[in-house]
Amino acid sequence: MNDMTPIRSGRPAQGEDGPLNVSRRGFLGGAAALVLSVTLPVGRARAQTAGAVTPGTRIDAFLEIRPDSTVLFRSAFMEGGQGVFTAMAQIVGEELDVDPANFVVESAPPGPDYLLLGGGRFTGGSMSVRSSYETMRRLGASARQMLLQAASEQLSAPAAELSTEPGRVTHAASGRHLAYGELAQAAAGLPVPENVTLRSNDTFRWIGKPVPRLDVRDKSTGRAQYAIDLRVDGMLHAAVQHSPRLGGEPEALANEAEVQAMPGVHSIHTLPGAVAVVADSWWRARRAVETLQVTWTDPAPDTPRAMPADFSSETRRETLKSTEGDGIAFEQEGDVAEAFAGAARVVEATYDAPYLVHGQLEPPSAIARWNDDGTLELWIPNQAPEMFQADAAKLAGIEPEKVIIHSPMLGGFFGRHFLYQTANPYPQAIQLSRAVGRPVKLIWSREEEFLRDAVRPLGVARLRAGLDAEGLPVALEAVAIGEGPSGRWFGRAADQADSSAVEGMAGKVYAIANRRVAQLPVDDPAIIGFWRSVGHSMNDFFYETFFDEVADAGQQDPYELRHRLLAESPRHRALLETVAELSGGWKRGPFTAGDGTTRARGVAMASPFGSEVATIAEVSLQDGEVAVHDVWVAIDPGSIVNPAVIEAQVNSAVALGLSSALLEEVVYVDGIPQARNFDGYPILRPDQMPRVHVRIVESGAPMGGIGEPGVPGVPPAVVNAASVLTGQRIRSLPLAKIELKGAEG
Amino acid sequence: MELTINGSTHQIDVEPDTPLLWVLRDELGMTGTKYGCGVAQCGACTVLIDGQATRSCVTTVDSIVGMTVTTIEAIEQDSEGQKVVEAWVANQVPQCGYCQSGQVMAATALLKQTPQPTDEDIAAAMVNLCRCGTYNAISAAVRQAARA
Ligand code: FES
Ligand code: FES
Repeated sequence: MNDMTPIRSGRPAQGEDGPLNVSRRGFLGGAAALVLSVTLPVGRARAQTAGAVTPGTRIDAFLEIRPDSTVLFRSAFMEGGQGVFTAMAQIVGEELDVDPANFVVESAPPGPDYLLLGGGRFTGGSMSVRSSYETMRRLGASARQMLLQAASEQLSAPAAELSTEPGRVTHAASGRHLAYGELAQAAAGLPVPENVTLRSNDTFRWIGKPVPRLDVRDKSTGRAQYAIDLRVDGMLHAAVQHSPRLGGEPEALANEAEVQAMPGVHSIHTLPGAVAVVADSWWRARRAVETLQVTWTDPAPDTPRAMPADFSSETRRETLKSTEGDGIAFEQEGDVAEAFAGAARVVEATYDAPYLVHGQLEPPSAIARWNDDGTLELWIPNQAPEMFQADAAKLAGIEPEKVIIHSPMLGGFFGRHFLYQTANPYPQAIQLSRAVGRPVKLIWSREEEFLRDAVRPLGVARLRAGLDAEGLPVALEAVAIGEGPSGRWFGRAADQADSSAVEGMAGKVYAIANRRVAQLPVDDPAIIGFWRSVGHSMNDFFYETFFDEVADAGQQDPYELRHRLLAESPRHRALLETVAELSGGWKRGPFTAGDGTTRARGVAMASPFGSEVATIAEVSLQDGEVAVHDVWVAIDPGSIVNPAVIEAQVNSAVALGLSSALLEEVVYVDGIPQARNFDGYPILRPDQMPRVHVRIVESGAPMGGIGEPGVPGVPPAVVNAASVLTGQRIRSLPLAKIELKGAEG
Repeated sequence: MELTINGSTHQIDVEPDTPLLWVLRDELGMTGTKYGCGVAQCGACTVLIDGQATRSCVTTVDSIVGMTVTTIEAIEQDSEGQKVVEAWVANQVPQCGYCQSGQVMAATALLKQTPQPTDEDIAAAMVNLCRCGTYNAISAAVRQAARA
C-alpha cells in the first residue's frame, strides 16, 4: 500500500511522455486534420493579463476561420445536451454570415476571455445564451467587418460596394467573390472595429429558427466522446471504494495481499475518505477495490462536513418540520400580520420534498496526467473550468496556469458538475497519478456516484394564507425551512435569506396584497448541490399546490383564481390563457376520457430563471399510482434562439420534473444513502412518459433561460390533478411513497 | 478467448467472467457502448448478440464465445441500423446523447425482428432509460425508421 501524502509543490512525478490519442484539436496543435493554418486575427497580443482583457471581445480567443471557410468556435459554455453549442453557432453565424452547419464548436479552455458572467464563468442558471447573446453577436459582426475590410483591399473595391453571403464576400458590380477562408489571414492583421452594426431581427436566417443541432449525428452513432471515453497514452485505470459515511477514513485493510495479487492490479492506495486500486483496466481495478475489506474509522471530531452517525432523512424532515420561527424575510409586501388578523379564514399547511441525486447517465470520471514541463493536465466533466483549475492547482501545489483543463461533452448536466467538495473524482485522480508516476483515469462506479453525489436538499415549507369573506386570498406567508445550495457554496450573510432556498415561493406574480416569504435556515448535514431548477424544483411545488388548497378553501376554481389574480399582469395572464387553449380549454375534472378512464387536470405557473411558464397536466389513477397522460406547457422566454431546442428542453424538463414528483427520493439511514444504483432509486421510465405539448410565446421581454424553466411547474400540476381524483391534498413527494386512493381507472 | 465483434475476430486475454462492456471499452477501445449502471438497469450498454439487444454490462465474455456481437461502431453498416440513425437525426433525438448508443441498438434490434412494429411493440422493446427524457422523440424516430 502506498500511503498518500498530500501533494506539494515541487517536481511533479514523471509523466508518460507519449502523444495523446485524445485529439488536441485546433488551437492546441496536434491532430493534423483540424490544425488551422490561419488564426483570425493573429495580430492581437495574446500575452495579456487577466485584468487587461475585456471578456468576449478578442476574436481569436473564440473564432478560427479555416482555409475551407468553416469555423472553429470555442464556447465559454459547456454542452450537456441543452443545445448551447448549436445556439452559439446560430448567434455568431448570424452576424458573421456563416451557416451554423459549418461550425465546429468545442469547450473553451480556462482563460480571461471566457468570463462572460459578470467576470466569472459558469454554465448554469439557464444563463448561457441570455448572458452572452449581445456579446457573441458583436463578436460575429466584428469578424465579418474585418473580412469585408480585407476583401476591399484584395479586390481594390470600396468596402461599401461589398456584401457577404454565407461564407464569402461578394462584389456585385464585378461579380467577384472571395471565400472567408481566403481572407482570414489578411483579416487577421486588421484592428477589431470599435463599432459594428448588428443585423436587424427581421433579417435573421438562423436565430429564432429550428436549426438542427450540431452534435446529433455523432450522438446517434456512438462517435460523441465524453470524459469517460477518453484515453491518454500510458494511462492506468483506477477505481475507488468510499467510506460509506462521509468523514470516515480507511483504518485497516484486512486482505491487502490477496487483492494485490489479483489480475492486473498495479497498486493499492488509501486516499482521504476512500481506498483506491490502480490496475491495467477499469474492470480489474473495480473488482479489486470492491474485494478490499476495509475498516473505516468514525470521523474525527473536527472533520468538516462529516456525516453524523444518527443522521436520517426521516429525522431531518421531522427536525425541519418542528423548527419554530418566522425566519429571515426575503420578500415582503403590505402588512401581513394585519391582513391575517382581519382574514375571514386562514388556511395552513406544511409541505416537504426529499433529497434527490442528479442521476446523469454518465458516471463521473477524471483523467490526470503530470507532464514533464511541470504542468498537470486534467480531462474532467465540469461546468466551471476556471474554478476547477484553481482548486486543482491548490490540491497539486502548483500555479493555476500550470493546470490544463479539458472539458469534454457532458453525459447529462442537471447541476451535477459544479465544484462540490467530496463529490468530484479529480482530486483522487491527481493524487493517484502522482503516486504511480503515470496518467490515471479514475471512474466512479454508479454505486460510488450515488454515495457521493451532492444532493438536492430536502426541503420543508410552512405556508399560510388568509382569505377574505369572498374566499379570495388577501395574505400569504411562506417560510422555507432548511438550507439552499447557493448559501452553501457561495456563502450567506447571517441576517439574509438565501435566494436558492426561497425562489419559487418568492417571485410569484399573483396579486395578493400582503405577502411574506422567508427562509428559516437550518444547516443541512448532507452535501447539497444545485439540481436542475434549484430551489424552484421544490418551492413551486409547495406554493402552487398550496395555491389549489387556498382556491378550494375559498371555493374558487384554481384556474379561475389564478386568472383573476393575474388581472394586472398581462404577460402572465396571456400565458395562462395560452396553456389553457393549448390543452383544449381548461377543465379540472374529474371527467371520463375517451378510453373510459377517469381523469383530472391540474395547473401551475412558475417564473424561473427569467422565463415564464404555465403548465397543465392530465392524470389518472392506475393501481394506486398516478399515470400522467398529457402535459401542456406554454413557455415565454421573452425572445428565442432555437425553437426546436426549446421544445426538446421542455420535453426533458417535463421528464425530470415528473420523475421527481412520482419516483425519486434519496433515503439516508445511519448517515448513509440507501440506494446505490437505479434499482433502488428509480427514475422515469419510457412507459411513464406523457405526451408533451409545447407552445412558445415570444413576448419580447428580456431573454430568459431555457434549460431549467420547464421543470418547476410539473410537480404541482401533476399533484393538483391527482388531488382532484383522490379528494385529498398531497403535501409530500414523491407520490410513489404514498398510497393513493380515489377515482381509479 | 476469441470474440467476433462487428465482423472481426479478436483474441481477448481477460478473466472469463469479465463483462463484455469492459472488453469493448478498455481492451478494444470501442467506447461507443456506454457504462451507466453496470447492473442491467439503464440499457446504455446495449449491443446486439446474434441480433438480440443485450445488456453488455452483465454479459460475461465466456458466455458469448462463438456468437456475433454488433456494436454501435458498426451501426451504419447495417441496413436497419442505417435507417435508425437517419431517423434519429431527422427527429433530433439526442440531448446529452449518453444513452443514445444503447437506444439506437435497441431500436435496430426491434426493427430486425419486427419490421413493422405496433406502438405496443415499440413500448415493449424500447425500455432503456434516458435521464434527458428523450422518450417521445425516440418513439417518433422508431416509427419513422419503420416506415423508411
Ligand atoms: S450499464 Fe448496462 S444496463 Fe446500465
Ligand atoms: S440523451 Fe441524455 S440520457 Fe438520454
